[in-house]
Amino acid sequence: MEELVNESGVVAKPLNPEAATEVDMQASYEQHGSGTVGEIYVNDPRMTCRNVNVYYGEKQAIFDVNLDIGKNQVISMIGPSGCGKSTFLRCLNRMNDTIDVCRVTGQIKMDDQDIYDDGLDVVPLRASVGMVFQKPNPFPKSIYDNIAYGPRIHGLSDNARHLDEIVESSLTRAGLWEEVKDRMDQPGTGLSGGQQQRLCIARAIAVSPEVILMDEPCSALDPIATAKIEELIDELRENYTIAIVTHSMQQAARVSQRTAYFHLGKLIEVGETDQIFTNPRHKLTEDYITGRFG
Amino acid sequence: MHSSTLIIVLLGFMTLAYYMGRKRSLNLVSGRVRDLHSLPSYYGIHTALWCGVPALILFVLWISFEGAVVTGMVVDNLPQEIQELPPERLNLVLNDIRNLAQGDIVSQAVDETMQGAADHYSSLLRISDMALFVVALSVAILGGLFAQRSINRHQRARNRVEKAINFFLVSSSSLAIFTTIGIVLSVLFESIRFFQQIPVTEFIFGLEWSPQTAIRADQVGSSGVFGAIPLFAGTFLITLIAMFVAVPIGLMSAIYMAEYAGKRFRALAKPVLEVLAGIPTVVYGFFAALTVAPFFRDMGTSLGLSVSSESALAAGVVMGIMIIPFVSSLSDDVINAVPQAMRDGSYGLGATRSETIRQVIIPAALPGIVGGVLLAVSRAIGETMIVVMAAGLSANLTANPLEAVTTVTVQIVTLLVGDQEFDSAKTLAAFALALVLFTITLALNMIALHIVRKYREQYE
Repeated sequence: MEELVNESGVVAKPLNPEAATEVDMQASYEQHGSGTVGEIYVNDPRMTCRNVNVYYGEKQAIFDVNLDIGKNQVISMIGPSGCGKSTFLRCLNRMNDTIDVCRVTGQIKMDDQDIYDDGLDVVPLRASVGMVFQKPNPFPKSIYDNIAYGPRIHGLSDNARHLDEIVESSLTRAGLWEEVKDRMDQPGTGLSGGQQQRLCIARAIAVSPEVILMDEPCSALDPIATAKIEELIDELRENYTIAIVTHSMQQAARVSQRTAYFHLGKLIEVGETDQIFTNPRHKLTEDYITGRFG
Repeated sequence: MHSSTLIIVLLGFMTLAYYMGRKRSLNLVSGRVRDLHSLPSYYGIHTALWCGVPALILFVLWISFEGAVVTGMVVDNLPQEIQELPPERLNLVLNDIRNLAQGDIVSQAVDETMQGAADHYSSLLRISDMALFVVALSVAILGGLFAQRSINRHQRARNRVEKAINFFLVSSSSLAIFTTIGIVLSVLFESIRFFQQIPVTEFIFGLEWSPQTAIRADQVGSSGVFGAIPLFAGTFLITLIAMFVAVPIGLMSAIYMAEYAGKRFRALAKPVLEVLAGIPTVVYGFFAALTVAPFFRDMGTSLGLSVSSESALAAGVVMGIMIIPFVSSLSDDVINAVPQAMRDGSYGLGATRSETIRQVIIPAALPGIVGGVLLAVSRAIGETMIVVMAAGLSANLTANPLEAVTTVTVQIVTLLVGDQEFDSAKTLAAFALALVLFTITLALNMIALHIVRKYREQYE
């Protein structure tokens, strides 16, 4: 057990280390619940997920995931396609509600508030847990209106000048202000792919969220635009908690402090990014990051 | 009777040619299909085409020129004094000869020359039929034999058959285009005849419409004024009312169907809504005339308004109901075409469903919706049956929807119903109206399709 407690005070979930290294994980799950290897808990979590299961109709997509998301940290979620990492990410701001057949069980708390509580309104939740999608999806409106959209629907600004300030500061923080300040009235869809994605990040920032979820934000971008976004993610960490799904292990290694490895809907291993990439404890994690499959 | 026999025999020949061509190609390679350039059936079709197509072309040409040639020969044999008659009288004589030959009633006493000419005429026709039969079948046999002889292992029968199929497809599609052009031209020429009698400016800017022209000089009440403004005003008024009904209801039902309705409700409601589009317009017409119009009149009476029993309102409202499925299904399509990513982006920022619809989806779908509405407008402008039954015939120039108005289509119908002479301004006015109507709807359709297409490209 000793080896699972690391210096940052993260407490490991007790589990049977022998079973976890077995290739046949199915048996291990049946015996030991979620069976995740590594540090599930952190000292100062922004969000906590307990026994989360997700079903699409009859089919179960996520199996009993337990995970904490630390404040002002970047946690990356990696794993082969179809492993459920995007589905899990979409649970964190209840975006799965828009899919009729999707059903979520378990408990997800944000600052001690259960976000799946019946009385909870998703509008403020989604305002405080923003989301950036795989494909840049600016609205077919002007650049200004794209950013002002969120503050307007949430009534965040008292007057036009205040709204201007919000728009400018969001674009500045997303590193896009200098590039677009002279053409705020032009359509957001006319920007390049990388600019569009930064516009979407600015749009998410404009409603002052606490957590930003990013679902493969760079998969549609070229390496230069990707580098800009990664740099941006690193800067945003000061003020926001970020959860990012990525297919690029290099990206996970570059931007995140913690990494979670998903496989077939199960959270296999989670830990410090350095440790996951240099010294994975689980066989499946090791196979994946060494490129043996996936 | 002769022609149909010929066609049946030709089809029989083509079938035979198919099997002969197929068999020969197989014999050439002693059954090893892979040694042939094309599959055996292509050689069969190739032979059959060679057998049938030239003979059919010959048949069509023969039929179209037969009449002229035979008539010419009959005329040549007529006495000099008849040949020198003016063309319309000569035509009359020829008509009599034809009728005589077919045993119908003739317009004058039958004399010897006429009887002789009629006999000559029918004998010529008989000869022509026989000759056609023989020539067409010889062409078919020669063509088939030629194609069958020319078959060899390397002949590209497949490519030739493909080319022939291509040609058939092209001619089918050009048929529709030529028909349209034909309609436009016929309307155009008749309109030009109309405008020779009535000045264009009077037609387009005139404020009074009263197309009754006098047949005899002493008739009364026959003013013959052709000012089209009241008609277009009536059409415009009714279309406007129809759009006031159809656009909000259609759009909102489209939004409900696309964004709110559950799968099962949608599967049920959408076809039911589209049944509205399948109701014959004549049914809408008497619904408007017998149910809606009296209802509006009674309502008006109880409110102290005088509503005409054939009001623009009744016709417009019913027409609007008819167009609802048009607007709703087109809008539904464009709303569904807005990418899910737009919705996700908006929901992800904490927008509610109606905020998303109002501020993201409708603006994104707007060009498509506008296109759909324009298509519906052109449909409403051209709609006839409802307005004939419910809108009235008097050409009032009014903006009051409670009065009876008339529309362009209604006037076209009334101008052309019954026995008409086709050289009076009254009947020719129908073509002029049709021309203007056609121009308007064509322009609307083109604008609408352009907008819809431009919108489609945006997300593909």
